[in-house]
Formats: sequence, C-alpha cells, structure tokens
Amino acid sequence: MGDQSKPETRELAALASGARLSRRQVVGLVAALAAALVLPWFLSDYRTFQFTLAIIYAIAVLGLNILIGYNGQFSLGHAAFYAVGAYTAAILMDPGGVAYYWTIPAAGAVCLVVGFLFGLPALRLEGLYLALATFALSVATPQLLKYDAISKWTGGVQGVAIIKPDPPFDLPISQDRWLYYFTLVVMLVMFVGAWNLLRGRTGRALKAIRDNPIAASAMGVNTALYKSLTFGVSALYTGIAGALGAIAIQFVAPDSFNLFLSISFLVGVVIGGLASIPGAVFGGVVIVFIPNLAEQVSKAAPWAIYGIFLILFMYFMPTGIWGFIRMLYARFTRGRRAG
Amino acid sequence: MDLFLQQTFAGLAFGGVYACVALAVVMIYQATDHLNFAQGEMAMFSTYIAYTLLHHGVPYWWTFLLTMAISFAGGVLVERIILRPVEGTGVLNEVIVFIGLIAIFNSTAGWIWEYTIKPFPSPFPKETLIPFKFIGPHDLGVIGVTLLVLAAVFLFFRFTPVGLAMRAAAQNPDSARLVGIRVGWMLALGWGLAAAIGSVAGMMVAPIVFLEPNMMAGILLYGFAGALLGGISNPVGAVAGGFMVGVLENLVGTYVPFIGSQLKLSVALVLIVAVLVFRPSGLFGYVVVKRV
Repeated sequence: MGDQSKPETRELAALASGARLSRRQVVGLVAALAAALVLPWFLSDYRTFQFTLAIIYAIAVLGLNILIGYNGQFSLGHAAFYAVGAYTAAILMDPGGVAYYWTIPAAGAVCLVVGFLFGLPALRLEGLYLALATFALSVATPQLLKYDAISKWTGGVQGVAIIKPDPPFDLPISQDRWLYYFTLVVMLVMFVGAWNLLRGRTGRALKAIRDNPIAASAMGVNTALYKSLTFGVSALYTGIAGALGAIAIQFVAPDSFNLFLSISFLVGVVIGGLASIPGAVFGGVVIVFIPNLAEQVSKAAPWAIYGIFLILFMYFMPTGIWGFIRMLYARFTRGRRAG
Repeated sequence: MDLFLQQTFAGLAFGGVYACVALAVVMIYQATDHLNFAQGEMAMFSTYIAYTLLHHGVPYWWTFLLTMAISFAGGVLVERIILRPVEGTGVLNEVIVFIGLIAIFNSTAGWIWEYTIKPFPSPFPKETLIPFKFIGPHDLGVIGVTLLVLAAVFLFFRFTPVGLAMRAAAQNPDSARLVGIRVGWMLALGWGLAAAIGSVAGMMVAPIVFLEPNMMAGILLYGFAGALLGGISNPVGAVAGGFMVGVLENLVGTYVPFIGSQLKLSVALVLIVAVLVFRPSGLFGYVVVKRV
C-alpha cells in the first residue's frame, strides 16, 4: 500500500497555490450549511441522532484522510485513537465532573500526543508493514481497555456511562437537536482548520512526502517530523470525534472500538473521496446509513448486501462520491459552455 | 521443562495452521503483488463446501481434492469477475473491494449454513503409531500437510514454466507481457492457487476451532503477521514466521504472569511489530534496493 492512488492533479494545483474559494464554491458552501441548519427540524429525534453520528464520523474520516489521502500513510488502527478520545471524555465527565464541552479539547490534546508517539516507530514501517502495525493497535485496543489494572477508571468490560447534555440557556429544543448543532459547530471548526492546514506550506510538504519522499527530503522537508506530526494531527481529529461520539451515545464500552470501526473509517475515506475535505462528509454519511440501507434490502444477509454496495461504489465511483460529483459538475459546465 | 516443551509443541501445532494461511497469503502476494484480506473468508467458505460434500457421503480425501478444485475455480472466477474491473484504479480501491468480499462471504455463509458451530472431522487416525507425549495426531498431521504444501509450492515456483511466468507477471508486468506472458490470466491463476491453498488451511483448522463463519478471522491475522514476520517475499520465511508466531503466542501467555491469556494476542503483535521496526522487510525477506 506504499503508492496511494494519485488524486486529480487539478485539485492539487488549486490547493497548492493556496487558492481562495471561488464564488460558486462559496454559494455551494452556504447552501450546504443552510441545509445542515434546517435539517433537524424535518426529522425525528432518532434520525437527528443518526445525522449527529454521521457528523462525528465525518470528523474521524477527515482525520484519517489527512493521514492516508494527503500523507500516504496507511492506518487500520484509528479506532484506537477514537477510543482514547472517547475514554478521555468519559473519564473526565464521570469521575472527573468536567463539563462536556471542555472534554473535547482535552481529548484532542491527549490524542495529539498519543498519535505523535505512535507515529515515531511507524516511521520505520511502510505500506503493508504499517498496515500490520496499525492493525495490531486496533486488535490490542479492546483488550487493553478491558485490562484489570486500569478497570478502576475504564470500568473494565462494562465501560463508563455518561449523561446526555441538556441544551444551555433553557433553549426550547430537544437534547438530540442541541447535540446535533453542537457537533455541527465542532465539525465546522475542524474542517476550516484542516482546510487552512492543507492549503499552505504544510499541505504541500505532506503531499510531497506522499508522492516522493526522497524528493521531499531533498527539498528540505523534515520528513520524519512531518510524518509523525501528521499522525498526531490525524489522531487529534479522530480523538475529538471519539469524545463527541461518547457524549452522543452516552456510553463507552471496550468492544465498540474494534477493528470494524477502523475499517469503517477507511471505507468512509475511500468512498467519500480520497484526499478531499468535502469527501469526509459523504464518508460519514456512508458509514452511518449504508449498513441501515443494506438491512432494509435483506434482513437475512445484510452484510452481503453491504459488501455488494462497497464493490458497486468502487465500480462506478472509483474516485469516491466527491470525485464523482466533481466529474458531473465538470461535465455539466463544459456542456453549457459548448452549447 | 515439561511445561515448556508442552507449550512449545502446542504452539507449533497452531503455528502449522498459521503457516498454512501465511503461505496462502504469500502465494497471492507473489502472484499478484497484493495482499488479499478476504483470504480467510474464502478459506472458510471452502471449508463449508467440504462440509456439505462430506455430509452427502463423499469420502474424506475425495472431498479434500474436490474442495481444492472447486476453490481453485472459485478463486479464478472471483479475480476475473469481481477484481478485474477495479484493477489499476488504486490500491485503496482494491482494499475496499476486499472488504466487500469479506462481508459477502461471511454473511452468505451464515445465511446458507447458519451461525451454529459445527464439528468437522479430522482425516488423521486417533492415535499415532509411536505415542507422542506433547503433540496430538491431528496437530502432527497439520504440520505434515503444511510442509507438503510448502514443498509443492516451492517446486511449482522454482521449476515449472508456469511458476516462472507467474513470478515474472507479478514482478514486472510490462516486460512479462512483452515476452508473451498473459499477465491477466497469471493473476487469475494466482488467485486460484491461493484459494486452493486457503481451502487446505481451512480444512486443517476446522477440526481444531470448529466450523463457523467467523472461524478464520483471528487465524488470518496470525497468518498475516507470520507472513510479514518471516518476510512477505519468501514462502519458506512465511512458513517459519507462522510457526514462530504460534510458539511466541503460547510462550508469552504461559510465562509472563501479568499478561496471561487476556493480553497474549496484543503482546504477540507488539513483539512482531517490534521485530519489524528493526528488520523492516521481515526476518527472511529480501531487501529491495531502490534506485533513485
């Protein structure tokens, strides 16, 4: 898995030049944001909760995408960072008594450090070997969380239960809708942060390392530092998503942070769109809703349907949903100009 | 000392299974330059086919051969029909297709044969001619079969024209095509062979862990770890790696008190990763020198 597929060079060029958003993009963003703001008023509390989860997964997918899509490092272990974030938040809230919004930056900081430290030995490993190392991390996480010596804090197999936050200032909205808006705001902050990080000098360095590490170091990029830092930043995003996830589900248990979660993040990255920031949103939606959809198609073998969905996605949208949308858009505008 | 020997041999017995899976993993890697994450689920599915054949009264060794043949055909078909369209669209896209295959095989097996645990017979006699203290007859049989398969694979790749063509197609597809090798079919053949070897692994594992749709999940992990530990470019190394992983896992679980059985999987994996940090291409792998 050393050579990742190269995303479209046009997007790279646009990002690399530190381009500002075009007017069309601004219009699109504002429309999307407006849609996201009114969405919960058309949905039941349960559906709202599902979209909250989709937003949370979108943040995690963005974190993994920074690592895989922009820096070319492979990870099957991001459920571990998600778990660290979730447990940090849960422990701070339950025995700690810290307000839920303060747990988010705390979880991010803890994961930044953990991710950076994991990224140091990972420097030695590439491709398949890095996949194995992160895979090991994924397998070890539930077992470590259940470990007896730390069960005083982690609650062992039972995990930790936390209370769903109430909306502040006596706002007349339900807890689920409040949580939706809260995660939406966090997501916007994280996405703007990623956009700023990736469009400038840092982003160029990351992509140079992905495309040709030797050339990158010859140009004076500190490859080791950037690669470990990318691991840290990626873990920070995933950890913040984990903290939000713990608050939304009101519960953390070791077995929910398994390999399947790591694989889901990977599926979200590739199906949403490799090396694209908006793709992460679609990735989050796919992670939450495709298994549901598969279950509606066939109760007997839902995962077989899920597998077929994955394969069909790769047949018809090899560059992910965002790549597909860009392609459609390009066709549409070209056709109009010609006509 | 007795405990040590017993644990070592028990580790070797399980290591034989890991080695078999590791071999299948390396086979597909050599023939296609890819790791197949769906290998374990394919082996599980093959074992279910063997189970059905046995259920209909086919004698064991005929079942064994028939299952290998069916798996070979199945592997070729999967490559031709499912993998072909995503070829060359990027490694990650292929990984997603592998994940899709895992889900399909696992769910379909559960749907056809249900999730209940089923016993699977061992072909080996209940007792060995010379009673052996530390290792059962089935375990000995597993080690024997693994070594036989290894020998067959080695001879195939080393001495047959098809084996040579397959290696060429994986290592340098463009040049291979120029000398008249049909690269696409070599890939399909590699998938077929790997599926057949995987089915052997499945039939050897099933009497130990019992037949159920999730039986290969952990074993594939160990096989994968064994293959990487031994060196993904070397079938002999992969088999040695598989045995080492089995022994390591057992000894770590027995002798390091605070680990016990709770953490032995994690510790074994951490040790493997630690080895890889110092020898990034595995213990017996070839170091590929890159020219800039």
